[in-house]
Amino acid sequence: MTRRIAYIASNTFREAVRDRVLYNLILFVLLLVGSAVLFGQISMEIERIVVINISLTSISIFGVVIAIFIGIQLVSKEIDKKTLYTVLARPVRRWEFIVGKFFGLVETLAVNTLFMALGFYAALFYVSNGLHKSDLNILLAIYFIVLQFVIITSLALLFSSFSTPIFSAIFAFALFVIGTFADDLKNFATLAQGATHWLITGVAYLLPNFGSLNVIGAVAHDQPVSLALFVHNSLYAVLYSCAAVCGAALIFERRNLK
Amino acid sequence: MIFTKHMTGLLSFLLVVCFAGSALVEHKVDQLRPAATLEEVLYMTSSKVVKRMSVGFEALVADIYWTRAVQYFGSKHLENSRQYKLLYPLLQMATDLDPHLTPAYESGSMFLTQPPPSGAGEPLEAVALLKKGIEKNPGAWKLYQVLGFVYYMELKDYLSAGKAFEEGSKIPGAHPFLKAMAAKTLQKGGDYEVARMLWQVIYETSNDSIIREGALKHLLAMQVDLDVSQLERLVQIYASRTGHLPSSFAELGISTIPRDPLGYPYVLLPDGHVQVKFYRKLPFIKKDLPPGEQPSDMDLSTMDK
Repeated sequence: MTRRIAYIASNTFREAVRDRVLYNLILFVLLLVGSAVLFGQISMEIERIVVINISLTSISIFGVVIAIFIGIQLVSKEIDKKTLYTVLARPVRRWEFIVGKFFGLVETLAVNTLFMALGFYAALFYVSNGLHKSDLNILLAIYFIVLQFVIITSLALLFSSFSTPIFSAIFAFALFVIGTFADDLKNFATLAQGATHWLITGVAYLLPNFGSLNVIGAVAHDQPVSLALFVHNSLYAVLYSCAAVCGAALIFERRNLK
Repeated sequence: MIFTKHMTGLLSFLLVVCFAGSALVEHKVDQLRPAATLEEVLYMTSSKVVKRMSVGFEALVADIYWTRAVQYFGSKHLENSRQYKLLYPLLQMATDLDPHLTPAYESGSMFLTQPPPSGAGEPLEAVALLKKGIEKNPGAWKLYQVLGFVYYMELKDYLSAGKAFEEGSKIPGAHPFLKAMAAKTLQKGGDYEVARMLWQVIYETSNDSIIREGALKHLLAMQVDLDVSQLERLVQIYASRTGHLPSSFAELGISTIPRDPLGYPYVLLPDGHVQVKFYRKLPFIKKDLPPGEQPSDMDLSTMDK
């Protein structure tokens, strides 16, 4: 079982690389170099902060876009090309296919993020004339961004298991935007009363919470990120994405592929 | 087939358990993190930028900002806060995006002007907002009414208050009381009766429940101040006649113990002063508060700034 999932995952990764997904790294490097040079000239004492903010935001946006646009095609592309039938004709179960695809895309995003993180640290080294111990804190922010990718990948996969690619993309992107403002939703819930309060609270917990996974502003200002947050965020991402992948697998198990 | 059924059951079980677990962990994460951002952060501070970003839907965005201002004020009001940092920027943003959003000027300036904890205690910002509203909506007589109110009640500028009421009364369709208010304000600046009338008008004309509630509290407090003054005058007359202070209201010839507007009996102190039983329920009273207590609409406005 594990071998089959690993095989599908590695194939998904190879396919993404063949599709030139990692080309976004070039754009990322250009953005970094450009911003470092530009802000070095037009601003005062915020070059380091700007590099951190631009880099981490870019890592997040590039990753989310890749997660959504590849995630929504994971199933539909296989159906369109009819390669899915070849795979399922082998001793591969549908849920294994879904789980394998999920891990394959997460692997792609992790590798992509690793390269971007290396580029980012190089830029930071250039701007700050070296690296400091506090810069390690930024790794936590990058780790949280990867957790965001894990959740958004699982959601893209969930939507793609029953909807068309375009609608899956819209749903996933809308959830990403709403999830980014999950804190506001909870605030609105506290202001509401009665049934509305419970309804909004329920919706707030049903939707993914990307707000707690965003510590870019904090690390840019050298503010520490607690170990408890690290542990709980990791657990949250694992549980939420597991629920979404289970949902995707359940739907895909029952889907009529004829 | 049996395997598929087992798998479906297992996946369903995992889905439920993982989702419930994620909600529990999220709840824990919320406790770990500092207060959420809605309260004290204005993501966009430039109305020009927001206007461009709203791609032609600025009226809708203005509504959202006004709603946010109301929610912000409401939540702060509920927690008896004395800091309303975002209120003015939110109102500015809403009225920049939609200059004809008159409720934002009317109610927003009332939120701004009332002393903490009932409002932001920023009457000058309220005046600026109202003047902006009048400039953009010269036919909105209610803005003149509120402007006159702010000048009269908070800034004690009776001349400007009278002028505002007078200007407002000239607008076609303006309520007739504006003319009366203009005359009374100019004649009797600082008069108790004028102040009571102003609060009465605010109470009767405002559509906002928070503002109405505040106006009612002011009216009740003014009634208490009047009652206390009258009772203490009776005490003084009694003392000058008999040479000693009364020990009860009965000695004053009042058969039933007088009650405050909330229904609680007034308390006659041994030193001849009269107090309400629960002064915290009447936040704006000024007469004979317990030692160390200050009228909430006088001194609190200068605190925590």
